[in-house]
Amino acid sequence: MTKRTIVPIGPYHALQEEPEFFKLHVEGEKVVHLDIELGYNHRGIEKLSESKTFEETVFLVERICGICSTSHPLACVQAAEDAGDIPVPERALFIRSMVGELERIHSHLLWLGLAGHFLGFNTIWMWAWRFREDVLNILELITGNRNHYGMMKPGGVRRDIKHTDLPAIASLSEGLKDPIKMFRDAVVQDPLIHARTKGVGILTREMAIAYGALGPTARASNYAIDVRRDHPHAAYDKVDWDVVTCENGDVFDKAVVRILEMFESIRIIEQCIEQLKKIGGPVDSDPKFVAAGEGIGHYEAPRGEVFHYIRSDGSNRPIRHKVRAPSFMNVPTNRETVIGATVADATIILAAVDPCYCCTERMAVAVDSSSGERMLDARDLIRLSCEKTDRLVADSGLQGPSLPIER
Amino acid sequence: MSNAINALTRSLNVFHLAGSACNNCDIEILDALTPKYDLERFGITLVGSIRHADVLLMSGIFNRKAAIRAQELIAQAPKPYLVIAIGGCPATGLMWRDSYNWERPPGDFVKIDAFVPGCPPKPEAMISAVVKVIEGLRSGELVPGCLHTSDTVAGDPALETAGGS
Repeated sequence: MTKRTIVPIGPYHALQEEPEFFKLHVEGEKVVHLDIELGYNHRGIEKLSESKTFEETVFLVERICGICSTSHPLACVQAAEDAGDIPVPERALFIRSMVGELERIHSHLLWLGLAGHFLGFNTIWMWAWRFREDVLNILELITGNRNHYGMMKPGGVRRDIKHTDLPAIASLSEGLKDPIKMFRDAVVQDPLIHARTKGVGILTREMAIAYGALGPTARASNYAIDVRRDHPHAAYDKVDWDVVTCENGDVFDKAVVRILEMFESIRIIEQCIEQLKKIGGPVDSDPKFVAAGEGIGHYEAPRGEVFHYIRSDGSNRPIRHKVRAPSFMNVPTNRETVIGATVADATIILAAVDPCYCCTERMAVAVDSSSGERMLDARDLIRLSCEKTDRLVADSGLQGPSLPIER
Repeated sequence: MSNAINALTRSLNVFHLAGSACNNCDIEILDALTPKYDLERFGITLVGSIRHADVLLMSGIFNRKAAIRAQELIAQAPKPYLVIAIGGCPATGLMWRDSYNWERPPGDFVKIDAFVPGCPPKPEAMISAVVKVIEGLRSGELVPGCLHTSDTVAGDPALETAGGS
């Protein structure tokens, strides 16, 4: 029997930008088990959200993730609108879809570049990020910032798009087609990319459904799930587009799905521009409060469905805000895809779901598996000790040592 | 200017130390290295290990779990090194100061040489920071925080020969 060893990756490593800790259990070159430890990125956003007003909450959830900085706010404002039955002007819906699709292109290009980098094709990385700059230029033109757009608010969007800007936006997005075609050809025709990614890290359709995989990860496994079509929101039911799927669920198909989705995104953006030329009117219904109630918001983020739940008691702050990001569902599929692969392939397989750990962070509590009891760290022990002292003081009236210091 | 400091004004090896960041500063850091801004022209390149680093770029707040690991990691960096805080989070903590998982600003456990404010700062701002830091080192106005004598270990010969203030 081969000896089993553990290869630790992280938490600070060259593989991914965010801190997270992988433990690869290997026998020789083969990965037999995978542990993922998170928690380095947890910032307590759901709790913080309860201390913010509904308008501030949007800026807070925008900073859950820098790549999905339209998806989270959009799902959040839709949840608030659902809770308070707030109407949204039609023009705002098209602007929302447009910014969302631009974000999808930039996110997919970003992933494509990083995937190329992991496979040793730094040329793809540099080219993809060079054309990503064009997308950021459009976003800067529309929203005023390259990232963290600050566009969404309950009841509409914060900034209108000027009519004079529309031709420039149209020509810039037209200019994205050729580079994306170039990437499509580079990936689909390159024999080396075939050799590295075809048949690697296969997620079957059954397993995609069993794990509840979302977004491109599911669609590459021929599981056609897309919230934009299944629960129409923003302007997605008013434009013509297709859900892209592939058959095999390997890394190659995940790349192909993302590349083809970029063409669909450009299609949606072009239709949005045409509609914005026709539809005038306000972009914000300017709600004064969110009525008491519960609301849910979905949005198909570049990585899959992002889900927000908001409960309002009629005050100006949510009393409960729940966030579920797509990576929360997609990262566990790594257990299905990485096991049995070689260490050299593990890199690209782990990256193929486009994991976003800052979206998916949860608080981790260590539990002893034999007794089921929570394990304590030094801070907990000190707290328990202090509490016992307080209890003794309260119960027996004993006083602690008195020091001759004036308080 | 000692040789060690002089070397810091040449091609810099950058290590990217992301705390509990939202990824945006991290992406803008990579943006600064890719063709549009192309800091690699000047020999500035990302390295995979902190042991090869001249500059640590810190982004995001450092939460209760990440702060411990970050301190362990920074202790492995070869002196002298520069620390640049990218974005508003490592400087002030922004909205995360109220969070239950907020530990303390990274300025408490490492001396930060330059702050690049913004959410996220543009690549131009980062390039400007690098230029200012290099000018400061050349003119002697800036002494890397890791060499400040006030709280270095007394009698550590390695630090004294490295040319502190």
